[in-house]
Amino acid sequence: MLTTIEAMPRLRTAPALYDETRIALDVRDVVKAFDGQGAGTWWQRVSGKAPVAATQVRAVDHVSFSVRRREIFGILGPNGSGKSTLIRLLSTLLIPDSGRITVFGLDVERDERQVKRMINRVSVDAAFFKKLSPMENLLYAGRLYGLDGRAIREQSLEILGRLGLERKAIFEPMEDMSRGMQQKVAIARAFLTAPILMLLDEPTTGLDPRSKREVQAVVQDLRAVHDATVVLTTHDMDEAEALCDRIAIIESGKIVALDTPDGLKSRVARNGHEPTLEDVFMALTGKRLVTEEQAA
Amino acid sequence: MTLNPIAHEVRASYAFVERNFNLIKRYRWWEAVWIMYGIANALAVTYIGAGMGALTGQVLDTSFLVLYLLIGTVVWRYLSIMFDSIGEMIMWERWEGTIEYTMMAPVHRLTHLVGQTLFSILYGLFHAALILLAVAFFFHIDLSQANFGAALVVLMAGSISFIGVGIIAAVLPMLYPERGAQMINFAQALFLLASGIYYPVSVLPAWLQPISALSPATYALEGIRAALLQGASLASLLPTVGVLTLTGLITIPLGVVVFNWGERYAKRTGKLKRNG
Repeated sequence: MLTTIEAMPRLRTAPALYDETRIALDVRDVVKAFDGQGAGTWWQRVSGKAPVAATQVRAVDHVSFSVRRREIFGILGPNGSGKSTLIRLLSTLLIPDSGRITVFGLDVERDERQVKRMINRVSVDAAFFKKLSPMENLLYAGRLYGLDGRAIREQSLEILGRLGLERKAIFEPMEDMSRGMQQKVAIARAFLTAPILMLLDEPTTGLDPRSKREVQAVVQDLRAVHDATVVLTTHDMDEAEALCDRIAIIESGKIVALDTPDGLKSRVARNGHEPTLEDVFMALTGKRLVTEEQAA
Repeated sequence: MTLNPIAHEVRASYAFVERNFNLIKRYRWWEAVWIMYGIANALAVTYIGAGMGALTGQVLDTSFLVLYLLIGTVVWRYLSIMFDSIGEMIMWERWEGTIEYTMMAPVHRLTHLVGQTLFSILYGLFHAALILLAVAFFFHIDLSQANFGAALVVLMAGSISFIGVGIIAAVLPMLYPERGAQMINFAQALFLLASGIYYPVSVLPAWLQPISALSPATYALEGIRAALLQGASLASLLPTVGVLTLTGLITIPLGVVVFNWGERYAKRTGKLKRNG
C-alpha cells in the first residue's frame, strides 16, 4: 500500500523543508514497456501498431507517486528494476505507453518544451563531449537553455570552483579527468540552468567517498539554496537515508513501498532490533542491492 | 529566466555552431589530415585531366578538363561535407553519448537543425576554399570567362536542396541505431556515382540516369559548370536555380516533419539511448 500525498507524514529530520501544499511532480499510473527485436512488420513498428511481442519487457508497471515542492525524493531499486527508465520518462526522453506525468501541473508530453525548461538531469554516465573542456561543454549546455556566453563563463567558474575543480582543469579536455571530476561537471551543467526539478540518476555511483560527500552536499544545497525539488535514484542506502525525505522502493517496474526512511524501517522492525534500510530493501524485494561496481 | 523567445532560439542555434567548431579545434590533427586528404584527392583527380593528352596521345584542351574536374571535386567536397555533417548529427551525438542531453534541452528541433546546417555550410565552404587555393598553386586556372555571381547563386540554391536531403537522412540513425549510418553512406555513394561529379551524366547507363535526375547535385554541378566554364548568365540558369530551390522548399519542411516524427518514434521505442 502506497502512502498517498495527503497521508504523507511530515519530514523526520528537517520538518517543513518542503512545501506541503504544492505538488512538483505527479506520476499517475504510468506504464512503459519495450519490445524485443523483430516484433511486427517494419511499418507496424514505425507506426506504433506492432503486436505485443512475447519478449516484451515492462520496465515501468503502473507506477504512481507524487513529489512535493522542495522535497528530496529517493528511488531505490536493484539493477534493471526500472529506475532509469522512470527518470527518462520524467526527463521527456521517453513517452509513456499509458498514464500521465505532470511537472508543476504541466504535462510532460503535451507541454514538453515548458517542462524541459524546468528540469535537468544528472545521469550515472557523465555524458559529455569528452574532447571538449568542462567550460566548452558548459557553454554548449548553457546556450541551449538561452544563457549568454558571459553569464555562462562566470557561473561555470563559480559553480565548478565550489565543487572543488581546479581552475586549470576547467579548460582541459574532459577525457583526462577522473570519473568523479566528470560527475561534478555533470552536476555543474545541471546547476547552470537553474532547474526547479532536478533528476539525479545515481549521481554518486563510482565516486570515491570524498567526492560522494561533496556531491551529497551539493544535492542538499539544491534544495536549501536553489529551492529545487530533487528526485534521486541511488544504490547507496546511507545516501538515501541521509538525503531523502521519502523513498520509493521499486522492483520489476513496480513500486513495492513508499514512505519516509523511518516509516520504511518500522515496517520490518522486529524483536527490538533497529533495522537498516538495507534490511528493509531485502525484506521487500528479496534481493541484496548489487552496485554497478560489484556487478562488474 | 525570461528571455525573448527569438533571442533564446538564436543563442541555442549558435550553441551547435560553437560546439562543432570547438570540436574541430580539439580534433585539430584529424582536421589537418582530412584537409590534406581532400587536397590530395582533388589534385589526384585534377591530374587525370592534365594527363589526358599524354594518356591518349592526342592534342586536347587539358585546361578545360582540369577545370571541369576541379569544379566537380570542390563542389562535391562542399556538398558531401554538408550532407555528412547534417546527416550524421544524431549518429555523432549518440557516439559521444550526449544525445539525451541535447534532446532534453528546451530547443525547437528546427533551431537544432538550423544551427547544425549553419555550421555545415561554413565548414564545407572552409574546406572547399582551402582545396581551391591549394589546387590553384599547382595549376594555372583560367577563369576569365567565368560568371562568379551566377555560380554562387547556383551553389546557394544547391545548398538549400542538399540541406533538405541531409535532414531527411539525419533521421535514419534515429530509426536504425546500427544501420542508419550505413544507409547515409550508401545514399552518399549513390549521389557520388549518379550526379556527374567527374563526368557528364549522359555517359552513365540508361538505368542509372533516372537517379541522376533525382539528385540535386546533378543540377548544381551543371549550373556551376555552365557559369564558370562558359560564363552562362544568371538568366539562362534560372531554370536550374528554380529546380534546386523548389527541391529545397519541399525537402526542408518535409525533413523537419520527418525528423520530428523520427524523434517521437525513438522516444516511444527507447532508441534515443541505444548506442549504435
